[in-house]
Parts: sequence; C-alpha cells; structure tokens
Amino acid sequence: MTSPIITLTDVSKTFKGKTGPIRAVDRVSLEIEAGEVFGVIGHSGAGKSTLVRLINALESVDPGSGGLTVAGHQVPGLGERDLRALRSQIGMIFQGFNLLSAKTVAVNVGYPLKLAGWSQAARAARVSELLEFTGIADKADSYPSQLSGGQKQRVGIARALAARPSILLADEATSALDPETTRDVLDLLVRANRELGVTIVLITHVMSVVQYLCGRTAVMEEGRVVESGRTYDVFSRPKAAVTRKFVQTALHDRPTPATIKRLRARHPGRLAIVTVASDGGLALGALEAAAIVYGSLTEVEGRPFGSITLELTGDDDVTSAALGRLRSAGLEVVDLGTAADPLGGAL
Amino acid sequence: MSVLQANGWDPAIHNGKLLLAAQQSLQMVLLTLLIGGGLGLVLGLTLFATRKGGLYANRAVFAGLNILVNTIRPIPFIIFIMAVKGLAVALTGTFIGVKGAIPPMVIACSMATSRIVEQSLVAADPGVIEAGRAMGASRIHVLLRILVPESLAPLVLGYAYLFIGVLDLSVMAGAIGAGGLGNFAIVDGFNRYNDVVLWVAVAIFIAAVQVVQLVGNLLARRFLRR
Ligand SMILES: Nc1ncnc2c1ncn2[C@@H]1O[C@H](COP(=O)(O)OP(=O)(O)OP(=O)(O)O)[C@@H](O)[C@H]1O
Ligand SMILES: [Mg+2]
Repeated sequence: MTSPIITLTDVSKTFKGKTGPIRAVDRVSLEIEAGEVFGVIGHSGAGKSTLVRLINALESVDPGSGGLTVAGHQVPGLGERDLRALRSQIGMIFQGFNLLSAKTVAVNVGYPLKLAGWSQAARAARVSELLEFTGIADKADSYPSQLSGGQKQRVGIARALAARPSILLADEATSALDPETTRDVLDLLVRANRELGVTIVLITHVMSVVQYLCGRTAVMEEGRVVESGRTYDVFSRPKAAVTRKFVQTALHDRPTPATIKRLRARHPGRLAIVTVASDGGLALGALEAAAIVYGSLTEVEGRPFGSITLELTGDDDVTSAALGRLRSAGLEVVDLGTAADPLGGAL
Repeated sequence: MSVLQANGWDPAIHNGKLLLAAQQSLQMVLLTLLIGGGLGLVLGLTLFATRKGGLYANRAVFAGLNILVNTIRPIPFIIFIMAVKGLAVALTGTFIGVKGAIPPMVIACSMATSRIVEQSLVAADPGVIEAGRAMGASRIHVLLRILVPESLAPLVLGYAYLFIGVLDLSVMAGAIGAGGLGNFAIVDGFNRYNDVVLWVAVAIFIAAVQVVQLVGNLLARRFLRR
C-alpha cells in the first residue's frame, strides 16, 4: 500500500440543531490510501454525507477538532481560493445526479474543465474521451431529462472524472438505481479505479455495494466510525451490532428465533450455525451425518462468506466431535443443541 | 373603421390621441420593465442568496430586504404614487406625466420582480448548487452562471406575468395624469360615455398581454429541458 491520500485525525463536525447541537461527525480518524476503493456504510443520519462533504471542504471541520489532510493539503484554514482549487481536484457524484438540466450532456461533462479554464478544443477532445469511457458517446447532445437514471449517473461520473481528479467521492451514487443498473455503474467505478487509478470513497447504506467493490470499509453510527478495516474482516467478524445487522439484512443467513423454532419442528437433531469465513469454505468431509437446513453464502473480495445452519444427527459425542473438527478448521460455530435439549446460542 | 365611426370613434381626434397614448404606455411599460425588472433581479438574487442556508447567508441583509419588500408591496399603487410624490420630483423634476410616473412604477415593479426572482430560484434543484461548489465554482459563479440559467424557464414566465402587472400600474398612473392608454380609456372613453374608445383600449390591452404571454410560453418551453 502507498501513503494515505486522505487522513482524518479526530475530526468532528457539529451542526446547530433545533433542539441543540448535532454532532454529525464525532471524533473520526481514518486513513484512506491512494488508489483504493474505500467504503463508508451506515444507516440514514449516521453522518456519511457530512463526512464526505468535509473531505471536499463543502463543510468545515469544527474549529480545533483535529486534522484533515487531503491530497497533501491541510484542509482546515485554507482560504476560499485554495479550497476551490482543492475541490477541482476532487470529483463527486451524487444520489440525485445533480446535472445541469438546461445544458447538454457534453456541456455538463465539460463544465469542470470550463471552470478550470480549458480551451474549447481541449475541452471537446477530453469530453468525447470521457463519453467514450463511460459508454454514452451517442448521448453527447441529449439533455439530462432525456436519459435514464443509469445514463444520468454515467454523465455524473464522466463529469466527476473530467478534470483528472485523484479522488472521487460517491455519495449514495447508486441508491436511485435498480439492481442491474447499480451493477453497471459500480463496474464503471471499478474501471475508473483500475484504469485511471482514482481513489474512490464510496458512501452507501447497502452492504452489497461495499461488498462488491470496496477493499476496505468503515462502518458509521451516530457520527462515529464504529469499526473499519478490510471489508472481508469487518463483515466476517463483525464487532458492532450495526455491522452484524448489515450482514444479516444483506444475507439473511442466520435463522431468527422464530426460524429456529420452525426448524426444530422438522429437524430434531443437533443444530449448529457455521460461519463460513475461510478460503477453504465448509469442507463437508468433516461431517458424517449432516443436513444443510438453512443459510446463505456469497462472496466478499473473492472469498466465500456467510453462514450455514446444519442439522447433525447421531450420538452426542459423535456430533460434538464433528463440531470440534469444524472449529479446529477455523470456522466459527454456534451450537444450538437439539430439539430435546436446546441451547440458546447467541445469534 | 366605418363600424367604429358609426359608434363614436372620431378619427380626427381619436386616431392621434390613441397613437400618443400608445406611445406613452409603451414608454412607461418598457422603461419600468427595464429599470424595475433589472433592480428587481438584483434584489431577488440578493434575497435568495442571503436567506438562511443560502450561498451568502446573512441574516441582517435578508431581514432588512425582506421587511423593505413586505412594507412597500401591500401599499395600493394609486396611494403609493401620491406617497412618493416627493421622490418623483427629486428624481425627475415632476410628479405628473410619464416622467413623474416612472419612479413609483419602477419601485413597485422591482418589489414584485424581486419576489418572482426569489421564488424561481428557490424552486431550482439545490443539487446543482452542491454540484457547482463541488466542481470548484465560486459562489457568485454558482448564483449567476449556474442557478440563473437553470431557472430561466420560470424566470421568463415570471417576467411575462410581470408585464401584465406593469401594464396595470401604467393604467393606474394614467388615471392620475400620466397619460397613456389608461388615461385615454378613462378620459376619452369612460368619462365621455364613449364605449368605443373604451373598448378599443381594452382590445389593445388584451392583444398586448396575449402576445407577451405567447412569447413567454414559447421561450420558457425552449429553456425548460425537462
Ligand atoms: N446542514 C445541516 N444542518 C443541520 N444538521 C445537519 C446538516 N447536515 C446534516 N445534519 C445532520 O447531521 C446528521 C448526519 O447527516 P448526514 O446527512 O451526514 O447523514 P447520512 O449518513 O448521509 O444520512 P443519509 O443516509 O440519510 O444520507 C443528521 O442528523 C442530520 O440531520
Ligand atoms: Mg447522505
């Protein structure tokens, strides 16, 4: 890994609310490396948008609240002119696209270049390059209202990349799109990251989005970063309850108490939830008499991820030995016991 | 012409009077729209920009302008003309005639315009402000080069609507001596029981408003790219 391109040290942002101050961002420390795709996930109101708006200085950090360095600039204390120069090096895409409705696609995409003082000819060349890259070359003379949501976001991405920024901020960039279009747009972001080397900070409240393209992820709750690290680690060994909930809503892999009750009616044997968080997956050879009764598996960063609920049948010592083998293979196991002798395993 | 003549239109008198009145009306309306519409644009942009959370949020400036506009707007124009007599004399040397009518008309027009401009901008997508600022545009650039073009359709419709209002002002000014078509309709039509003169003036008002609204609609449709 290279050196961090964005560093937040103990950064806070407080708004004046109707009923008192609101700490939208609360003592956040993060390092985002140049060239990575960094995810920030959190529920509505967690402070994600405020966090990105601090990075491109659309909001200013609380006075004396810590350090914020972006692309080599100490952001707090920069004057308006320097802030504008910094912003022009950071692309941003939005949930609502925020395109200029009175301007054509080509003019929208070229707008940052116009602000930066590029000549007409240089602008035109760069715009057609970007429209090619984002796959909307045929839409150059269309107006935003004539485009689908996915096409609008492609325009947004082309515009954000126009001035060859080193950082791209994406605030809920796919939240207004259907799943298939979401995937197309995310693929485009991945290409921008790989081919242009742009560092991406991606905000979302959907786990499948970070899971799809973020190498590292921070989880936010009430203004704080409650955990962060490699996306796989964060979600395979969630520490905070919010994180666990994100995994659960994305995967529905763990049976709820009501589900366990239904399972027991059909499967009187020993139930165990096995979390598959290892490159080897779940080796069924370790089990003699087992049935898969519940669960969900997916892939994070190209590694299997999720959990399976098994029913093990046989004597106690046989099933205990089987669980022991799974544990020694590095798998996390929650023993729920049998229908006759249930254990209230933590979910 | 013959139909009109049979009903009381005397070309020897009325043709000339109508021409002069039309000239005076045009003068009043255009000057007012130009100066008042311009001042109102500046005032409206300032109101929009200084409001809470605005690009140049400034409570004192906003409150001051807001009170100013809200104080002048409710005054019936016919009273307002008399109330600012002194100002008209100071600015133009007279408070009668077309010249004297211009200052009160300009003030009233700029107050109305400011609200129309403010409303048009408030209705614009705040996302474009965010996008503009994120691209590194200055605040003044966002206001004048991004927001105004984005709001052109409602602005044009607003100004078309304003034309009708200014026409109304010119008639009221005419009633107390500023001349123009309003004066013509009242003095040569209504007061002399000459309905033809009255209706000729009415027809001209209707035609003028139709034309302006039609052009406004066409332009707005061109600008509205939704
Ligand atoms: N300009 C502002 N003035 C006052 N409070 C604000 C302002 N901006 C954000 N907040 C508050 O800060 C908190 C965090 O808001 P923020 O928009 O950062 O959340 P978010 O995580 O992006 O949520 P969402 O997923 O809904 O977009 C919220 O409680 C919000 O009400
Ligand atoms: Mg948000």
